[in-house]
Amino acid sequence: MSERAEGLFGVTGSGDTSGFGGLVRKRPIQLEAQRPYGGWFDEIVDALEEAYPGFADAIERVVIDRGELTLHIVPAKIAEVCQILRDDESLRFELCSSVSGVDYITEERRLHVAYHLTSMTYRRRIRLECAVTADQPRLPSVTSVYPTADWQEREAYDMFGVIFEGHPNLTRILMPDDWDGHPQRKDYPLGGVPVEYKGAEIPPPDTRRAYR
Amino acid sequence: MSSNPGYAQERETTEGKVFTVTGGDWDTLLSGVDPIHDERIVVNMGPQHPSTHGVLRLVLELEGETVTDARTVVGYLHTGIEKNMEYRTWTQGSTFVTRMDYLAPIFNETAYCLAVEKLLGIEDQITERATTIRVLMMELNRISSHLVWLATTGMELGALSMMIYGFREREFILDIFEMITGLRMNMAYVRPGGVSQDVPDEAITKIREFLGFMPQRLKEYEDLLSGQPIWTARTKGIAVLDVTGCVALGITGPVLRSAGLPWDLRKTMPYCGYETYEFDVPTAQTADVWGRYEVRLAEMRESLKLVEQALDRLKPGPIMVEDRKIAWPAQLAIGNDGLGNSLEHVAHIMGQSMESLIHHFKLVTEGFRVPAGQVYVPIEAPRGELGAHVVSDGGTRPFRVHMREPSFVNLQAIPAMAEGGLLADVIAGGASLDPVMGGCDR
Repeated sequence: MSERAEGLFGVTGSGDTSGFGGLVRKRPIQLEAQRPYGGWFDEIVDALEEAYPGFADAIERVVIDRGELTLHIVPAKIAEVCQILRDDESLRFELCSSVSGVDYITEERRLHVAYHLTSMTYRRRIRLECAVTADQPRLPSVTSVYPTADWQEREAYDMFGVIFEGHPNLTRILMPDDWDGHPQRKDYPLGGVPVEYKGAEIPPPDTRRAYR
Repeated sequence: MSSNPGYAQERETTEGKVFTVTGGDWDTLLSGVDPIHDERIVVNMGPQHPSTHGVLRLVLELEGETVTDARTVVGYLHTGIEKNMEYRTWTQGSTFVTRMDYLAPIFNETAYCLAVEKLLGIEDQITERATTIRVLMMELNRISSHLVWLATTGMELGALSMMIYGFREREFILDIFEMITGLRMNMAYVRPGGVSQDVPDEAITKIREFLGFMPQRLKEYEDLLSGQPIWTARTKGIAVLDVTGCVALGITGPVLRSAGLPWDLRKTMPYCGYETYEFDVPTAQTADVWGRYEVRLAEMRESLKLVEQALDRLKPGPIMVEDRKIAWPAQLAIGNDGLGNSLEHVAHIMGQSMESLIHHFKLVTEGFRVPAGQVYVPIEAPRGELGAHVVSDGGTRPFRVHMREPSFVNLQAIPAMAEGGLLADVIAGGASLDPVMGGCDR
């Protein structure tokens, strides 16, 4: 996510004389959380640290925001971490609720994959996040740990072009097989045609003037 | 004469040997061919098939009538809703998500709005009346969704009259929705900050009427189906998936509960104040289509209880947050094509206050900004865990919205349920998952 946003309207280079085009807004950077994290977050991180010898090498940072715990994981280690999180008795994240991609286009490692894990035993949820570059968008598949990730990883591949190594059948799932590109990347246009309405031409949504 | 009656009868005549061909001797012709190999056929079912709940496509490999391999193909209803939302304001997002799972629009809206509210940090400011209305609408919607399930599954398994009754009662609920929101489906009723319109008194009378006759109707459905030998034969012991299988495949909702695990987010991880309502989580032990039928019927009864409690709790009060920087006008007049303007509001901004007009214009065209960050908010939809993963970059539009759709995840169970069973049971098993392709493909 970019740390600063310039201008008020999405269109740049237009004859905007209002002066709003020169606005610069700074966006807060998500800070790494410091111990103690509070609540059961410490228990989770402690239990993972104890059960997983490679903890220090695998966890990039811990973020706590809006009451949700996010562990940023080194992409190559994601399957290992999931295995521990699922099997360790004090963690027990049995259910992989959701796998989804996010394209933070301004970052170096722009493609993020967010895993939402649910512990049915302890009734807790955590998020794991991995970041990869668009040139090398590879990370291990977690389908061997969570078979339910099968389709969700296929969707992330289809929409963002993230390649999950070891996935049994990494093909497109929502788009047609012969589709070019990955539609939910931020540099992929929304598409659409101008529509005439009462004599005026309304441009497609992604080229309309919009507030950012 | 051949001793095997299956073979053609032969007899000697003056012209030589004569066979009386009755069709039975085709077996001898076929015996030279590997019967298994010859009977293995691939059947493409869908995407345009009346029994696949919309545009689901199944590629089935059959040996005789036994399914040896089932593959599910989805994506025929992909409409790019998630991408589109990145180009509209946060409030407009409600109009998009409502079109995902079109049988449970209120759930999509609520999950999305709860996520936006969590990002905004205004969960505590949501008024009690708005939350109660959300619960009321969700539970009515759960009944209507389960009714469609019962109706279509009944139809697919040969109980055509069930379809007529199911849709009849669902229509009554849709009438209630129309009375409250102006639309039968895709209402965009739940908005970030509250709901778009208060519940009118006539609607409450109508809901009371519904609560009056529905228990009897549910009993009628049970009388119609439960003792019916065809219905039991087609559902009992069919498409079994136990708890281990469900959790491994991420299956939630009635399918998981039919296997005996009482996992219902309304109880286990409550939201919208569900912890203060009195209701049970029905389960079954059979883990088959029959169990899912029983669970859904019982859930409709529980939802009736919840609707009644929500009605009793409805106290007059605001239905939108007070913060005017977020709250859209929420006392809208209902036109003949859905929600119209708020007449009072229009009179105010057009006739009395220039500042209000500016503010209204800014709020509607620019929208409000949502502080950067991400949240994941799951709720218990009729089909299972519906999660909204919403990311904001601090702007007036969502940076990314992902809906964890139970239809999408649950459809992964089709091979596990269908393989090794009969072709006809694929229909029963698939129907028991209650997939809605609009939600699956988004």
